[in-house]
Amino acid sequence: MPDLPLPDARFADIPLGLALLVLALWLIATRRDRSAVIGFTAYGLLVAVVWVRLGAIDVALTEAALGGGLMGLLLLTAAARLGEPRGQPAPPMFMRLLVGLLCVGVTGVLAVVVLSLPTPAPNLVAAVAEHQHTTELGNPVAAVLVAFRAVDTLLESVVLALAVIVLWSFAPDAAWGERPRTLELGTPGPALVLLARLLPPLGLVVGVHLFWAGADDPGGPFQAGAVLAAMATLMWLARLGAPPPVQSRLTRVGLVVGPLVFLLIGLAGVVAADAFLGYPEGLTKPLILIIEAVKTLSVAVALALLVAGPPALPGNHLPSRAAS
Amino acid sequence: MSLPEVLAPWLDGPRAAELLFPLLALPVLALLLAPLLGARGARLLTLATLLLGLGLALAAAAALTAADAPLVYALGGWAAPLGVVLQLDGPAALMLLLTAFVLSAVGLHAARDFGVAAVGRRATLAFWMLLLGVWAGLNGLFLGRDLFNLYVAIEVLTFSAVPLVCLKGGAGQLTAAFRYLLFALLGSALYLLGAGLMLGLHGTLDIGQIAERLGGLMMAEGVDPAAADESVRMASLVAVALMSTGLLAKTALMPLHLWLPPAHGGAPAPASAVLSALVVKGSFFLLFRLWLDLVPDLRALDVGLLLGVLGAFAILLGNAMALMQERLKLLVAYSTLAQLGYLFLLFPLAGAGGPAVTAALVQVVSHALAKAALFLLAGRVLAAFGHDRLPRLDGFGRALPGTLLVLLLAGLALVGLPPSGGYLVKTLYGQAAGADAWWWRLVLDLGGLLSAAYLARILAVALRPPAPAAPGTTPKAGSRVGTLGLLVPGLLALGALLLGLLPPSLFALLDIGRADMGSATAVAEVMRTALTPAVFWSSTGPVLVVALAVMLFHIGGDSAWQRGIGAAGRELAGIEGDLREWRVAGALLLMIFLAQVLAVLP
Repeated sequence: MPDLPLPDARFADIPLGLALLVLALWLIATRRDRSAVIGFTAYGLLVAVVWVRLGAIDVALTEAALGGGLMGLLLLTAAARLGEPRGQPAPPMFMRLLVGLLCVGVTGVLAVVVLSLPTPAPNLVAAVAEHQHTTELGNPVAAVLVAFRAVDTLLESVVLALAVIVLWSFAPDAAWGERPRTLELGTPGPALVLLARLLPPLGLVVGVHLFWAGADDPGGPFQAGAVLAAMATLMWLARLGAPPPVQSRLTRVGLVVGPLVFLLIGLAGVVAADAFLGYPEGLTKPLILIIEAVKTLSVAVALALLVAGPPALPGNHLPSRAAS
Repeated sequence: MSLPEVLAPWLDGPRAAELLFPLLALPVLALLLAPLLGARGARLLTLATLLLGLGLALAAAAALTAADAPLVYALGGWAAPLGVVLQLDGPAALMLLLTAFVLSAVGLHAARDFGVAAVGRRATLAFWMLLLGVWAGLNGLFLGRDLFNLYVAIEVLTFSAVPLVCLKGGAGQLTAAFRYLLFALLGSALYLLGAGLMLGLHGTLDIGQIAERLGGLMMAEGVDPAAADESVRMASLVAVALMSTGLLAKTALMPLHLWLPPAHGGAPAPASAVLSALVVKGSFFLLFRLWLDLVPDLRALDVGLLLGVLGAFAILLGNAMALMQERLKLLVAYSTLAQLGYLFLLFPLAGAGGPAVTAALVQVVSHALAKAALFLLAGRVLAAFGHDRLPRLDGFGRALPGTLLVLLLAGLALVGLPPSGGYLVKTLYGQAAGADAWWWRLVLDLGGLLSAAYLARILAVALRPPAPAAPGTTPKAGSRVGTLGLLVPGLLALGALLLGLLPPSLFALLDIGRADMGSATAVAEVMRTALTPAVFWSSTGPVLVVALAVMLFHIGGDSAWQRGIGAAGRELAGIEGDLREWRVAGALLLMIFLAQVLAVLP
């Protein structure tokens, strides 16, 4: 790789790779939920650094925000609610040996395949570069996500909205119409409250910047939405506000407006650009900006609601599992 | 202008391909509007959209028949590999039609049970939205040609299907749904890993382009396949094995079935009907695409045999386990496992040309119709008695004669009596196997007889004199299971039972876009003799003998040999229970991947 700025940058990769391997092994070996979650969060951040080293800044931002940040928070609350795991009998020795051998076999096959991948890998970089100008976007990742492979991005944002409805459907019937209460974890400390007062204005600026910059530089609706969702979560944790109840029409509009506007503009493309999910010449950039703006909002709403959990009755932080 | 003239450019003209994207956009649009309309509105919107979608699917099938070649639509105007392309061929059109039909039927049947008054706002909104999600995911799977686009579609499908299991929110259902979620996500991860490898190997995710690069088309034109780099070829086959393993887990091919019986047995009846009739077929259809469309020459590989052996295992063990279930819904769920096995006989027999592909596609339709009917009927029994435990359902046929009748009709389609879809499947597979490969025909016949046995067991229970009044042995007072509720299951069951009587020319739809197939001729050939006395009795006779034997067994007393059979059954059930342990299923998953790798190596 001749374009690396310093020859010794590659030496940083060796400890990075080693740390990743050690952390991964430790994650498999550890028996305690809490330490596994903390390890997983650290692992996500390390992976983000690896993505930076590979030059994929967009992926790194997403990994840090989602894999390291919100996932970690979700898993920590889950681990806290599960309590200490009940002891399970250890599997018999031959079973452990068998599974070990099978894992070695699968890893071996994967290693052979990965090492046999052609270098340089056949890729679409040239094709993207050739057609990127039609989208009037400077960031090739954004061009792929919102134009060339728009259908995948649309369906992924539909999955996000659907996930919230699914989460809500786990609530007991009596709690339907209530607000989520998973984040009501005792009285917040003064440091948390201070942080929740100071950070959100800053986070709002960072989020909007990530969305705006995403057109030409790394960033975009997913990363921006994740930052905004983190700010909302912080305020809810500090009890400076509360998640909205599931019946709130405004919340539901916020949840679906992103994919809905995306789909409607895509359908308008049938008439205006002669293709579903196509953009008419001249209007491409404004339409894409509208799509990205509402998507940022919907991603933020969906992620924040996913962390907030299913609706629950007051004083009952755990959804009832005794029904039926 | 008359309506046909207005529609002409789409149904038979240059705009035919424009029928493809609405099949994807319509369910997604409804899914996004549903939460804004609330629970009541979501139900109406879903029903209206489903009927509209059925019309769209019919129009797409008509346009495909008129074009007589696959329809292709480039989304956003971007061609592959840069963009994502939708493609409609014969099998895809069949699946789209089947999905729209079964979802509409189940939706109409569930319209009363899943209303705000009956189950509350939470379950109503969730059920109808999830139904739309299942539909969107399935349509995406059938139309997709891009490995990552297909991944997104299968994720939409999984995330819609899993919560259907636990709509009632009971502890058992939550556990079943969680089990389903974990195993399905494991499958997704394996699939995604394989798709990623494919992109690294070929620089494209389009199935057609990868197949072309792998030399499939070159071989068809008689060019030396050695031109393709051997290591890329081997790595590609390993990548397909990875994707295939993930999809086998999602399809619940035995022995990777630990999640299916509790999930399909515990979900509300209309949800079970959709999960069993359609959802597992989604991942099967992707397996069909991978091994038949992406891999250039399945015949040259041993992997077809491996998948076929697993299918035969599923047919025998699934049916045997169905015979031993105490709960009616679990019996139907195990029958699904066996019926999924029939689909996998496609892979060893596809090499022989057309009949096996036709057989597998007919099996998808036949099982979907019959199984949707069976689950809806099991739901009626559950609603009437408050439970579905066969030992306490003595004489249920007297309380619910219509339900019993339709249940038998749907069951006969699974057994494979002429002129049912099951009969077509068995005969076509038998033709594909030829005279030498008698063991496949043996498995098919044994499977049919085992299905007849569990059907006879249900009949024996239904006709036994009712036990003296004890809780759960008589229908609950005021339970609303009117005759009108038999309309949809009856229609579905008759559809499966009379599938062979359809005009054979309709089956020509399956062949569009596929070489070496002659479905219409094959079906016509089978049906020409199916109803002659000799053929009819040679397939019906053994079924009647087995059914009589089973009924005598259940009506008779408690003899030594009956206890012996019972003990053997418990032994088998113990082994099958071990297969459903997490550790065992996990190890089997790895083993099946490694076995597929060995089977694709030269």
